[in-house]
Amino acid sequence: MTTILSIKDLRKSYADGFEALKGVSLDIQEGEILALLGPNGAGKTTLISTVCGITTPTSGVVTVGGHDIQTDFRAARRMIGLVPQEIALEPFEKVWNTVRFSRGLFGYSSDSARIEEILRKLSLWDKRKNAIKELSGGMKRRVLIAKALAHEPRVLFLDEPTAGVDVELRKDMWEMVAELKQAGVTIILTTHYIEEAEAIADRVGVIDKGELLLMQDKDTLMAQMGKKQIEVMLTEAISEIPGCLAGHNLALNGNGDTLVYTYDTNADRTGITTLLNDVAQAGLVLRDVQTRQSSLEEIFVNLVSGEAA
Amino acid sequence: MNWTAIAAIYRFEMARFFRTMMQSFLSPVLSTSLYFVVFGTAIGSRIQEVEGVSYGAFIVPGLIMLSVVMLAISNASFGIYFPKFLGTIYELLSAPVNFIEIVIGYVGAAATKSLFVGIVILITATFFVDIRIEHPFAMAAFLILSCLSFSLLGFIIGIWASNFEQMSLVPQLVVTPLIFLGGTFYSISMLPPVWQTITLFNPVVYLISGFRWSFYGLADVPIVYSLLAILAFTGLCLGIIGWIFKTGWRIRS
Repeated sequence: MTTILSIKDLRKSYADGFEALKGVSLDIQEGEILALLGPNGAGKTTLISTVCGITTPTSGVVTVGGHDIQTDFRAARRMIGLVPQEIALEPFEKVWNTVRFSRGLFGYSSDSARIEEILRKLSLWDKRKNAIKELSGGMKRRVLIAKALAHEPRVLFLDEPTAGVDVELRKDMWEMVAELKQAGVTIILTTHYIEEAEAIADRVGVIDKGELLLMQDKDTLMAQMGKKQIEVMLTEAISEIPGCLAGHNLALNGNGDTLVYTYDTNADRTGITTLLNDVAQAGLVLRDVQTRQSSLEEIFVNLVSGEAA
Repeated sequence: MNWTAIAAIYRFEMARFFRTMMQSFLSPVLSTSLYFVVFGTAIGSRIQEVEGVSYGAFIVPGLIMLSVVMLAISNASFGIYFPKFLGTIYELLSAPVNFIEIVIGYVGAAATKSLFVGIVILITATFFVDIRIEHPFAMAAFLILSCLSFSLLGFIIGIWASNFEQMSLVPQLVVTPLIFLGGTFYSISMLPPVWQTITLFNPVVYLISGFRWSFYGLADVPIVYSLLAILAFTGLCLGIIGWIFKTGWRIRS
């Protein structure tokens, strides 16, 4: 895999001294989907704005497809599409014209067949002659995506693409992201919704206070940091953990009817077989057994609160 | 140069003009007609002629300039302020275009619109008074340069403004008084000597004088001064735009 977007020690500070980015470095591989997670004001949008040319970096080097975003900005920006967080569209303009405008802005001639293809894919074809003010919020968001795709970018930034979007559109959006990935487009999305990152991302980055706290393959991250627990529910409550089970890392819940066993999914031996044998040996009768894995959300909360501590 | 992008911006801006065709077309025709009725008829009956030209015909160049200047400023300032206000400016900033191309697109469209309105007013005026154009090339040059330079000024105002009030501040508080006091409706030779001298500090005097000279060969100030004044003003606006380009003032954080 080749690196399509490279960010090295990117910093952005404002006149009032506020540091929005404190030396972010990361490489993004061609064709991957990267989710950037972080609380409000973490620096996600600043990072995207800087790469896209909306904000000027204080220092650092960013290249897109090998083109520096400052010295070779035309080639770099031609490769990038941006779907902004806020719906920003000229209300009186027609859908078709606004998509054609975006295409022209990136230096491409008005290719009706291509524009039609994009509009059809985003279910906007029937609305092509409508003024933007006549569209619903979800439709407007689709128009923003159509505009971003009008010049066939290799790298697509989606800044909070599903914020305030209904379930159906969110699902459509996820499908569209999967299709774009199939077509070889690299996608970087920021989100508040952990389940979104969990559902569609290949890698997950966590940003907080202008710093990249973590960047990892999603599955590895879940496996490494994800603790798994087995809850052993008993037919009769007990007052304390029997002595023969003391060797296991067990906790008894408040009612005394559930034993909670926490283990590492990556360990050679999880100790489950021995535990269950020992539970039977202790004369305890099982009512039910269930396993639980911590979600990306829990990992994220732990990470961010850990930083704050 | 990304000419496709310039064309896209130009076309997008012109589409706004054509969407409001009635407004774009009818309002200058109506206001010019009103000026003729009010100034031409009411005042013209008292001032028969100014330096051998009928009063109605005398005010035509000034009337054209008045509308062209105001429209160039408002078109160009709205053109760039609107994307800032709506947030759609993100697209301009993230596109492979530089500031010069953005300026050419927006200022070109604003200048075209005001030129169009200038021509409409000229044609309307022919229905009310007899007009002769002694120096047609000079007339065209003054008209086009005025459209361009005031569109540049409008663009600067649009970049500077952070709300709608500021947008109308410069046109209403600075430009309108300068135009009305710049010899639109009178020759400065009709003023007392002291005011004649003071008026010479008004840059619009040079513009209207030069423009009127191209019609009737009459001028309050030598034509060379008029030409230098409009070129200097264009140069000043370009200089400010160049500075904005270098610093990213009010555009890029």
